[in-house]
Amino acid sequence: MPPARSKVFPFMAEYKVQFEVFEGPLDLLLYLIKKEEVDIYEVNLTKLATQFIEYIDLMRQFDLEIAGEFLVMASTLMYIKSRELLPVDQQVAVEGEDEGEDPRWELIRQLVEYKKFKDAATQLQTLEARQENVFPRLPAKLEFESTAPPPKPDVSIFDLLNAVNAVLKRFEKRDDARDIFEDKWTVSEKIEFILKVIAERGSLRFAELFESAASRSEVVCTFLALLELIRLKQLICVQPEAFAEIEIRRAENAAPATGAPGTDPARNDAENVGQASSLSQTEDIKQN
Amino acid sequence: MELKFILESLLFSAQKPLSVKELRDVFTAAAEAEDADATAKSLAKIKDSEVTAALEQLAGEHETAARSYRLACVAGAWQFVTQPEYAPWLKALVGQKIRPPRLSQPALETLAIIAYRQPVTRAEVEQIRGVNVDGVMQTLMERGLVEAVGRAEVVGRPPTYGTTALFLEYFGLSGLGDLPAADELRRIVVEKPPAPVTTEPGLATVPPEQLALGNAEGKKEEENPSS
Repeated sequence: MPPARSKVFPFMAEYKVQFEVFEGPLDLLLYLIKKEEVDIYEVNLTKLATQFIEYIDLMRQFDLEIAGEFLVMASTLMYIKSRELLPVDQQVAVEGEDEGEDPRWELIRQLVEYKKFKDAATQLQTLEARQENVFPRLPAKLEFESTAPPPKPDVSIFDLLNAVNAVLKRFEKRDDARDIFEDKWTVSEKIEFILKVIAERGSLRFAELFESAASRSEVVCTFLALLELIRLKQLICVQPEAFAEIEIRRAENAAPATGAPGTDPARNDAENVGQASSLSQTEDIKQN
Repeated sequence: MELKFILESLLFSAQKPLSVKELRDVFTAAAEAEDADATAKSLAKIKDSEVTAALEQLAGEHETAARSYRLACVAGAWQFVTQPEYAPWLKALVGQKIRPPRLSQPALETLAIIAYRQPVTRAEVEQIRGVNVDGVMQTLMERGLVEAVGRAEVVGRPPTYGTTALFLEYFGLSGLGDLPAADELRRIVVEKPPAPVTTEPGLATVPPEQLALGNAEGKKEEENPSS
């Protein structure tokens, strides 16, 4: 067993832990002072010096690395201690030392200051821990539609029925004695037709859509196609004023129109609609 | 419409803390909008002090009402934050916040010295702590908590250091004035001319002149007393 064991150090049992804890000589001094349970201002520096130096010896005996600062502090303490041993009138004023300067006071001042910052550090640690438990409000980004176009009054189904009624009236005047003709139109064909016209002209008036219609059934077919496209949000109808001319145009988010046959879903749906309304089922593409 | 409630609505919906200036920018933008009414237009001319007063009043009202969320000013920007008491439930809700590891005791001590005494040189910090602070300074700078802020007017012109805005956010401080016991610690304790303890070459450097009252050289412990 190393000879150090013969000395009685209360902290010997956990010396390894202590060595890690002491960052510097001031840490150790504060620890020793705290152990003595005295105020820094009243500490017996001689006794403190003795304890400190014993500690250094202990470290040396266990072959532990001693930071340079510890040695410097040790020498300062030894100096202080040696001064204390001399009677006041025999204490030689060291060359360069000013009147009234006291290394003891300097050490105490340093310890006091360091202790204050240690306490401040503890308070910062409390704040650090507190901040870990503080959560800021971070709402999801508010999504607003960017510059929505000035809303035009929505066209209701009644407006549309009104409008198609006006168109149908054109055909009433014709002779109703005609036989029932084979319906040549499918809704899906009319969907293609409407989309083509819209692609070419951008928008058109309601009445224009039926300009080339030759019979009631064609008008009805076209109208159903229009309704389907509105339902699929491919087109929208707007009416600048109440009861004014209805305008048909592409909906904003509609899939781009292709020159080729119209969108498949539209076709499938349209055919269903066509069947349901018992319009023609012919696949002939005849256009008057 | 009360100014403080408008501010409340803004801070409620904001995505980040807002400073007084940013809030005033919002008022300016609102006043210039097409459909701005008289209230909106009048707020464009509002002063910083009025905004701050309204914010402080609002914060006070939340505190009086003991709300679980309060208005906090951190690093000069305002934000709604929850009270720490509710952390257990909030953590269950949103999961653990990703925070860097806690600072060590030496790091906190060094940080405290810099915070209270800034701008301060490395040597001054070492003199107070009594140890070399290179490693700790590196850590603190890497964490963005301290930064170089200038140079000291002494021989060698060593760099001086101070804390950053991130430092304030990390500890939830609205400003340096919020540091606990600021007055007591900021004062440079100069009751006696300091005799530097570590003046051996190669160790912590001699403290710069501003710490010495009429004792520019410092002392060297030449004596080698016998124990």
